[in-house]
Amino acid sequence: MADGPVAELLLRRLEASDGGLDSAELAAELGMEHQAVVGAVKSLQALGEVIEAELRSTKRWELTAEGEEIAREGSHEARVFRSIPPEGLAQSELMRLPSGKVGFSKAMSNKWIRVDKSAADGPRVFRVVDSMEDEVQRRLQLVQGGQAEKLGEKERSELRKRKLLAEVTLKTYWVSKGSAFSTSISKQETELSPEMISSGSWRDRPFKPYNFLAHGVLPDSGHLHPLLKVRSQFRQIFLEMGFTEMPTDNFIESSFWNFDALFQPQQHPARDQHDTFFLRDPAEALQLPMDYVQRVKRTHSQGGYGSQGYKYTWKLDEARKNLLRTHTTSASARALYRLAQKKPFTPVKYFSIDRVFRNETLDATHLAEFHQIEGVVADHGLTLGHLMGVLREFFTKLGITQLRFKPAYNPYTEPSMEVFSYHQGLKKWVEVGNSGVFRPEMLLPMGLPENVSVIAWGLSLERPNDDQIWHQQHPGPGGPQGKPADGVRQSPVPPGC
Amino acid sequence: MPTVSVKRDLLFQALGRTYTDEEFDELCFEFGLELDEITSEKEIISKEQGNVKAAGASDVVLYKIDIPANRYDLLCLEGLVRGLQVFKERIKAPVYKRVMPDGKIQKLIITEETAKIRPFAVAAVLRNIKFTKDRYDSFIELQEKLHQNICRKRALVAIGTHDLDTLSGPFTYTAKRPSDIKFKPLNKTKEYTACELMNIYKTDNHLKHYLHIIENKPLYPVIYDSNGVVLSMPPIINGDHSRITVNTRNIFIECTGTDFTKAKIVLDIIVTMFSEYCENQFTVEAAEVVFPNGKSYTFPELAYRKEMVRADLINKKVGIRETPENLAKLLTRMYLKSEVIGDGNQIEIEIPPTRADIIHACDIVEDAAIAYGYNNIQMTLPKTYTIANQFPLNKLTELLRYDMAAAGFTEVLTFALCSQEDIADKLGLDISATKAVHISNPKTAEFQVARTTLLPGLLKTIAANRKMPLPLKLFEISDIVIKDSNTDVGAKNYRHLCAVYYNKNPGFEIIHGLLDRIMQLLDVPPGEDKGGYVIKASEGPAFFPGRCAEIFARGQSVGKLGVLHPDVITKFELTMPCSSLEINIGPFL
Repeated sequence: MADGPVAELLLRRLEASDGGLDSAELAAELGMEHQAVVGAVKSLQALGEVIEAELRSTKRWELTAEGEEIAREGSHEARVFRSIPPEGLAQSELMRLPSGKVGFSKAMSNKWIRVDKSAADGPRVFRVVDSMEDEVQRRLQLVQGGQAEKLGEKERSELRKRKLLAEVTLKTYWVSKGSAFSTSISKQETELSPEMISSGSWRDRPFKPYNFLAHGVLPDSGHLHPLLKVRSQFRQIFLEMGFTEMPTDNFIESSFWNFDALFQPQQHPARDQHDTFFLRDPAEALQLPMDYVQRVKRTHSQGGYGSQGYKYTWKLDEARKNLLRTHTTSASARALYRLAQKKPFTPVKYFSIDRVFRNETLDATHLAEFHQIEGVVADHGLTLGHLMGVLREFFTKLGITQLRFKPAYNPYTEPSMEVFSYHQGLKKWVEVGNSGVFRPEMLLPMGLPENVSVIAWGLSLERPNDDQIWHQQHPGPGGPQGKPADGVRQSPVPPGC
Repeated sequence: MPTVSVKRDLLFQALGRTYTDEEFDELCFEFGLELDEITSEKEIISKEQGNVKAAGASDVVLYKIDIPANRYDLLCLEGLVRGLQVFKERIKAPVYKRVMPDGKIQKLIITEETAKIRPFAVAAVLRNIKFTKDRYDSFIELQEKLHQNICRKRALVAIGTHDLDTLSGPFTYTAKRPSDIKFKPLNKTKEYTACELMNIYKTDNHLKHYLHIIENKPLYPVIYDSNGVVLSMPPIINGDHSRITVNTRNIFIECTGTDFTKAKIVLDIIVTMFSEYCENQFTVEAAEVVFPNGKSYTFPELAYRKEMVRADLINKKVGIRETPENLAKLLTRMYLKSEVIGDGNQIEIEIPPTRADIIHACDIVEDAAIAYGYNNIQMTLPKTYTIANQFPLNKLTELLRYDMAAAGFTEVLTFALCSQEDIADKLGLDISATKAVHISNPKTAEFQVARTTLLPGLLKTIAANRKMPLPLKLFEISDIVIKDSNTDVGAKNYRHLCAVYYNKNPGFEIIHGLLDRIMQLLDVPPGEDKGGYVIKASEGPAFFPGRCAEIFARGQSVGKLGVLHPDVITKFELTMPCSSLEINIGPFL
């Protein structure tokens, strides 16, 4: 069974032909649209080696609609000439004829006719010659008869300018027999069906080949948010390293836990209205652990635990002010305070990843909320070398191996170190985190033993636009193929500890 | 973090050698500074105001260097150079001396009127100083840096520096009604009252930021000399009469403020930095300040404090093994003159007046570590043995997130802060009914409250992604915040799961099916018995009448699902029907 009647006809003609045939000629012979023959050629081509088809493009001159009319009925000037009787015709009457206007001037310049302006009832047109040759009609008829090549270049272009001729490009196929030529081509199956399997008919049928260059159909699926996928990977790393997750499900925090407990003085710029979201309602924390508060107050205003303190008037009202936490270190402070209340002291490794808030105006590099990643280790006799060792393991798990450390200042860690990583893409060192050893002024008022050190580090889950280090260096995360529906949150963010 | 910009060539000249940019960057890194930018005045102006304005500006190379926020002694070229030279052991740290004048000591008398507005003042004299244009600029710039940082934009401390030769002591620091203060301020040609000045400065781009400090007070602080000449009206402006110039030889410095400790630190920093240019280098002339109670004190304090730290403590905290002698040498390089004393394990450290940041042994440990070189410290792993635990709520969240995505829903991440409108008006609720936490100082309406529901965030996400092919199936599992007087701070987070289905049809059955799937995952059987779940017809302003149900599980209400009210859809700028589900997952732990 052939692939449609045209394809069948084509194969038969091809069998009888000597070498091959032209698709346009075939269409003309069969009296059908060329496009139908082309369709048949293509469907036969898809079967493999049955036929060979070579695309040819030929240029041809064709008459325009006006050209066809002239070939049939003569040029406008000829029609004007013919319509003038021997006794002449009033010019006004001549102009009313369909070919009048165009044909009149051309007939005049051919000197076939003349105008007598002195005639009694207005200008009158007379024949000058008895007969004429309609050269335009003759030439167009030549083209119509497929003999355009008999016309000179100049004659053709003149006719083209008069919009009587047009040059068209025709794409045709030169079809010849292929290596697997046969007139009895059976239709190829597109897909395997259950019936074919049960009847076994698939054994006898040819199957249409697949186009392996085409794209597949994307699976109809849900996606996880790319940034939260990175969050999962960070959680995984901490868990692999034996860190326990701290509770951070309290966006609202008192200034006490967010700042005072961390030995951050009450005049510190971070406690400014410009940087921190304070609350109108509930404006103040109702409960604070008062005896601990007293120790914190004393450490700030007078010192103690080996410290000079900041020597200023510490105010409880300031500590009660509620805010949206500016870092998850407030949650770490709570966790360490709880730890300090448990005797005897047991070493811990803690982590958290959660939202923090800064009073920023949104732009490409600033967000009012972002995620902070924090790791904390509390044990006897921890050193700066330990902190660096833990950081090395942590970042190695992220695929970041080239690290170096820069002295830095944080209000609640001393020593403090910023962590830099060499960025292969940017060819420079970029900051990837901040770290340090919590100050004794923070730990001792909590009640932690004096020889216990707490090392900690923090980084941002979001990265600034210009050094998206997690996405470049970290193996794995990347958005789903479809655009994630995260229009509300598109720009990642700098940390800023 | 403050940034200081210094002329590169001037810096290298003072350092006695030149560096390539990379070498200097490396030196900064090692010392805990950051070479932030290499630029020029011309470049800065052209970046900020365009090339036309920059024409003619200086193209002398400037280094912009980030200074740690507690190192006030590095906020000018003089201090920076001194710190680096001592660090590289090219010079010894100078010793700052306070001396009594040959003649009469300059006196500043504080009257009791200042008590309510700005009670503290300290003063000192720099005698026979020799400025150049660069030194003078640096002197002015240091005051500005101190004002912006430790002085907290002049709120805590304000500095006034005066040409002593134009004045005659003793000086009086008092507070007067603004209408009673009249003087010619810096850079003006005539006298104004304090009231007039406050009005004039409202449009001054620099000074307008400081007006609020005294604006609504009945009395303004002011300092006079014995002839009634106004030295300054702190913290706003100095008088023009005593203005210093590049030719000034004797400088009277006063610092007034609300924080006595910081006022003393600021004064110490200024005099230690610029006594370098006095005829007797690093020598400062004392001034006497008489407090309202009659007690009198001499400033600057220029106190040297001795601290004792055991060498093994430093080694233990840093994780190194250096001899006490080496540690003392390392500390001395950090401007902390140290020597080994006693049993040979004790290090005595002298804290100079420039290092107000050293308040605990841990600060000394850090400096030893910096001088040793952070990157020379051997990295080791602590032996701390612990078993990891997940926070149960987060563990549940992680498990549910994966299954929600597997159920064909796409996760979104939306802000926890939003406008009142988002959680109230747009959902047909009154804001008082939401029990929302309110922010007192938002910069935009987008951050007025903490969200009380996840739904607005999801609907806004749909509105921002309307070009995506339908249906849109989104979810988020995150915290909302509700006021709760039973907690210490008066508010509590709840972990919510919210999902929406947005299409040409409401798709209630799809959201309902998702609920069934969630309950299956949480091992909650259908039905009211045995801690199962049911949904019961309910209503709510956000839902289409008759298309809302309340979800009960394990004997309590956990949330609602339904088809959103057309008004809600319209208010979130959406056009298609939408169904939603929101539950609190806390009860399923």
